[in-house]
Amino acid sequence: MAIDDHTVEYVAKLSRLELTREERELFREQLSRILEYFSKLNELDTTGIPPTSHVIPMRNVFREDVVTPSLEREVVLDEAPDQEEGYFKVPRVFEE
Amino acid sequence: MADQITDLSAVELRERLVRGDISAQEVTEAFLQRIHALDPRLHAFLYVDTEGAIAQARQVDEQVLTGARRSGRELPPLAGIPVAVKDNICTKGIPTTCASRILEGWRPPYDATVVERLRRAGAIILGKTNLDEFAMGSSTENSGFGPTRNPWDLTRVPGGSSGGSAAAVAAGMAPLALGSDTGGSIRQPAALCGIVGLKPTYGRVSRYGLVAFASSLDQIGPMARTVTDCAILLNVIAGNDPRDSTSANLPCPDFTRALQVEVRGLRIGIPRECFVEGLQPEVREAVLQAARLFSDLGAVCEEISLPHLDYALPTYYLIAPAEASSNLARYDGVQYGYRAKAGDLYTMYARTRREGFGAEVKRRIMLGTYALSAGYYEAFYLKALQVRTLIKQDFDVAFQDHDLILMPTSPTVAFPLGEKVTDPLQMYLNDIFTIPVSLAGLPGISVPCGFANGLPIGLQLVGRPFDEETVLRAAFTFEQHTEYWKARPVTSDTVTRDKVKE
Repeated sequence: MAIDDHTVEYVAKLSRLELTREERELFREQLSRILEYFSKLNELDTTGIPPTSHVIPMRNVFREDVVTPSLEREVVLDEAPDQEEGYFKVPRVFEE
Repeated sequence: MADQITDLSAVELRERLVRGDISAQEVTEAFLQRIHALDPRLHAFLYVDTEGAIAQARQVDEQVLTGARRSGRELPPLAGIPVAVKDNICTKGIPTTCASRILEGWRPPYDATVVERLRRAGAIILGKTNLDEFAMGSSTENSGFGPTRNPWDLTRVPGGSSGGSAAAVAAGMAPLALGSDTGGSIRQPAALCGIVGLKPTYGRVSRYGLVAFASSLDQIGPMARTVTDCAILLNVIAGNDPRDSTSANLPCPDFTRALQVEVRGLRIGIPRECFVEGLQPEVREAVLQAARLFSDLGAVCEEISLPHLDYALPTYYLIAPAEASSNLARYDGVQYGYRAKAGDLYTMYARTRREGFGAEVKRRIMLGTYALSAGYYEAFYLKALQVRTLIKQDFDVAFQDHDLILMPTSPTVAFPLGEKVTDPLQMYLNDIFTIPVSLAGLPGISVPCGFANGLPIGLQLVGRPFDEETVLRAAFTFEQHTEYWKARPVTSDTVTRDKVKE
């Protein structure tokens, strides 16, 4: 399962990760090796085996629809890298 | 006096606090002193809350202990007992970094449920312990703030990812600690540091306020020098929590009642797949000797098979990174933590994550994103979920005829710092015996069962879902018939002596 530069670029973009050239090369090599090892799973025939995404059987848990206190806006915003007039502030999304 | 206090277990500290021999403040100051003496070398702590801890201790002395002594009222279970908390568990107003630059300086606006429960029980929170960044690792070398060292040998790793908690307890810098375990992160460092660490059944302890790594696997658990102390801490943290919909709505027993020296008739399975190449000979011998002890005490030990054990590692390293890649999407420089300077939003996200995350976290995000991406989802992620079913079924079958499974915690004793950092696959192999248990959501404990070249070996005991009691009973019985748990690392004393000389 060899991973090429293009795939590393593509996955990094999906992951919202800027990579240096060294990291790109390192990850291409390491991820290829790890995925090759993972191909061991193909030794097993899993036709008809249900997937387990959660070990303990449980269904949706509901609570009464009553208002309970939330975190205070000021306290939360105090931890933000940037804020303005009660909102999180981010760099511009669209070009002018 | 200070040294004596830090040698005591939580049970012994409580006896003295109840009698009034010592105050919570004296206890807290003794542990803080030991932290200040030893931690510059061990680096088990990322944050020591000296003032907060002393203030809490004073409050416990004035409001809780004095009142209870006068009125004869029962004390809260951890009144005046110091606890160290892994730094991926939220503590209101106290920095919580997950050992990541991306959360450096962040002060959570709320307490995790387990921390609320600690406070209610009268515990004193000493500080936050080091870990592999976002709990991803087996050596604590992936910490963004430098590694923790093993108190038994400062050139070796303490295991991970709860390496800070394990080292703190082993070196007597805290009698109790909280860890978290996703694929072995409580049990493996407990083994490598010669202490007791319990991963409860998935769902036994609320994950509210535990910073998410792999949500279908993460579980908080107790770490201590004795099985009894672990049971006491588990009593405090276990139980249903409406804020974590995956926490089990089951009654919690008093786990200390399970602490009986009695294993007669207990049916113990020993998976033959564990005794393969790569298992250090001394570890094999210590584990088999533990099995002989259980047999001598009247348990029935039998070889069993977990046929899919060999597939657990690739299964885990697909599922956990897939969940992590989703959980860690929230670190985008918008709401909290670090933000890189950039002119537009996309670059801000990508650069923040590049500068904020370390190599292993990036590697796992990439791996998980790849496994979940279009075209690979079925071949990798879905396949892994199906094999997870097979692994769980292996345990279901084993538990039809057995009450407990006995195996090594880790294939080797603590390894030298730097030995495996450049080879992720070698590092992943450390968790080969703990990962299957995590995938099946089962309770597992690691207890000290021997030494190889002066380094501790851990024995893992695994139980049925929500049967922590049998696990604790067997571990307690083993402990009462052995002396390994009484040994203390000489390094920490050497460090103290050096300090005094300085």
